Amino acid sequence: MSVLVYVENQDGKFRNAAFEALSFGNAIATSLGTGMIACSIGKVSDEELKCAGKYGASVILSASPELINPQVCSGILSKAAVSEKATVVIVPASFFGKAVAPRVAVKLKAAYGDNVVELPQMSSGFIVKKGAYSGKAFEYVELLSEVKVISLVPNSFKMVEKPVEIVIKTVDATVSDPEKALKVIDTVRNTNKVSLPDAEIVVSAGRGLKGPENWGMIEELASVLGAATACSKPVSDAGWRPHSEHVGQTGIAISPNLYIAIGISGAIQHLAGVSNSKVIVVINKDPEAPFFKAADYGIVGDAFEVVPKLIEAAKKFKAAGN
Amino acid sequence: MKILVCISNVPDTTAKINFSPDNKNFISSGVTFILNPYDEIALSKALDIATASAGTVTVIHVGDASTEPTIRKALAIGAHDAVRVNADPRDALFVASQIAACVKSDSYDLILCGRESSDHNSSSVPVMLAELLGLPCVLFAKSLTLEGNTAKMDNEIAGGKEVVSCTLPLVVCASEGMAEWKIPNMRGIMSARTKPLRVVDAVEVPVLSLITGYDKPAARSTVKLIPADAAGELFDTLRAEKKII
Ligand SMILES: Cc1cc2nc3c(=O)[nH]c(=O)nc-3n(C[C@H](O)[C@H](O)[C@H](O)COP(=O)(O)OP(=O)(O)OC[C@H]3O[C@@H](n4cnc5c(N)ncnc54)[C@H](O)[C@@H]3O)c2cc1C
Repeated sequence: MSVLVYVENQDGKFRNAAFEALSFGNAIATSLGTGMIACSIGKVSDEELKCAGKYGASVILSASPELINPQVCSGILSKAAVSEKATVVIVPASFFGKAVAPRVAVKLKAAYGDNVVELPQMSSGFIVKKGAYSGKAFEYVELLSEVKVISLVPNSFKMVEKPVEIVIKTVDATVSDPEKALKVIDTVRNTNKVSLPDAEIVVSAGRGLKGPENWGMIEELASVLGAATACSKPVSDAGWRPHSEHVGQTGIAISPNLYIAIGISGAIQHLAGVSNSKVIVVINKDPEAPFFKAADYGIVGDAFEVVPKLIEAAKKFKAAGN
Repeated sequence: MKILVCISNVPDTTAKINFSPDNKNFISSGVTFILNPYDEIALSKALDIATASAGTVTVIHVGDASTEPTIRKALAIGAHDAVRVNADPRDALFVASQIAACVKSDSYDLILCGRESSDHNSSSVPVMLAELLGLPCVLFAKSLTLEGNTAKMDNEIAGGKEVVSCTLPLVVCASEGMAEWKIPNMRGIMSARTKPLRVVDAVEVPVLSLITGYDKPAARSTVKLIPADAAGELFDTLRAEKKII
């Protein structure tokens, strides 16, 4: 028996979501009394592969197929799960992980627990807790099959270092039918930007900002705090900001440690995607704005006066070594 | 071009979500159900492609008879015909298996879905469907263009996007930006009543998972107001009281 964890890399470097998945996997392996094995797909240096050992993986399988897409990766993972007799397979619930994990479940005839937010209850049965109704609720799902596949929401489980000796094993990966396969022609990354779903701090603004020309101060505050930027739906609909920043029921659901909402009224569809944030700060000039009812801290005031003050304060706070 | 759009019937975005006192069941009474917003984007795109290629758009839904208004809405928007698999959409594998069974008996060039349904938020039906059919799937497509037999898409990834290409058939899931929502006109609404809606029985699928209960996020304590003049104290307060920064 073992627990198998897919450690996703971005340009050869493991992302926090991968270390969170390892920490989560290690906690499950410990309660099951088994070991944990990591699996990496793509070109990653030996030095980086060994980082999985810091989080409790005693073995890391490394595959470098000629082509990387969800079909190829799910093939590699399910083969690894069979050869390592894995009973639990963990995948980060990232954009890519969500396209991989359900395939692994189908291939292994395993139950799939998606978007899991905390350790499963394993005392009787195997019950996972997952987000549902776009942040308005949680669902408990019992996974009944012997093998289980889980995707773990980024930022919901803390990284825990548990250093062990790690062995790297190369596994081969052949791509069948490459002509019919999905091919990536080009990758465009928003440079120097924190990725929204993984961000620990998110600075978000709405229609209260009046126009796209006023986003400079939002970006500045985000950059001082090392935060990602987000927006409400009307803002991306109007083309003030890209759709990839739109959070809420019909946008991205996020669960950062800190969500700062500026000039956003707090409509139910917006709240749906952000209410799992650990702490919410709302800045709005209208004391009656519904968002204040869903906030931990509120500042009633004009964004154009409050945000510059916050930028100053954030700079001082950071300069003081925080 | 034969296009299939998979649609889901979900609580209205403004609906308050409630559960039975023992938290075991979702209470659907008093809740209005709608066509899942992402599926509506997928349907719009399908109709644009069908119009340009003299193609047809079929919508498929797994659910009991009470979901027919949502299917008729899709027909009113412009889908040509519909299939309803008459069963409770128990879990993603069940739903994907039903759609796969229908696709195997009636093949399509392109299958469109929404990237996520707003009830279970799992994004797994389209991926499982693609896996069952042995097809590629693009899960977060912000755009879709067709050139002959090749589809090109912008797919959302961590911190950016990738441009991907693939030959048909394949499964593509609509994200914001792929198409504008279409509002049904009077003629659409009238003709929807008589468009073909085929009801089929479900195939058997093993039960691998079971929803055992629900929970709501913990309510926040009342908001603590910081005067606008003292806004600069925010970060020290967050550090002292919440240790999150
Ligand atoms: C099917 C459906 C799905 C939806 N999905 C989403 C979704 O996913 N995400 C989403 O965000 N919305 C969604 N919406 C839209 C939602 O209902 C609201 O319309 C939207 O969230 C409002 O955006 P806003 O708060 O930016 O704008 P508004 O509601 O216009 O609020 C602007 C706020 O800014 C404040 N303000 C104005 N000037 C200032 C100033 N100078 N300083 C400080 N504050 C100021 C105002 O007091 C007001 O509270 C959806 C709607 C529908 C029907």
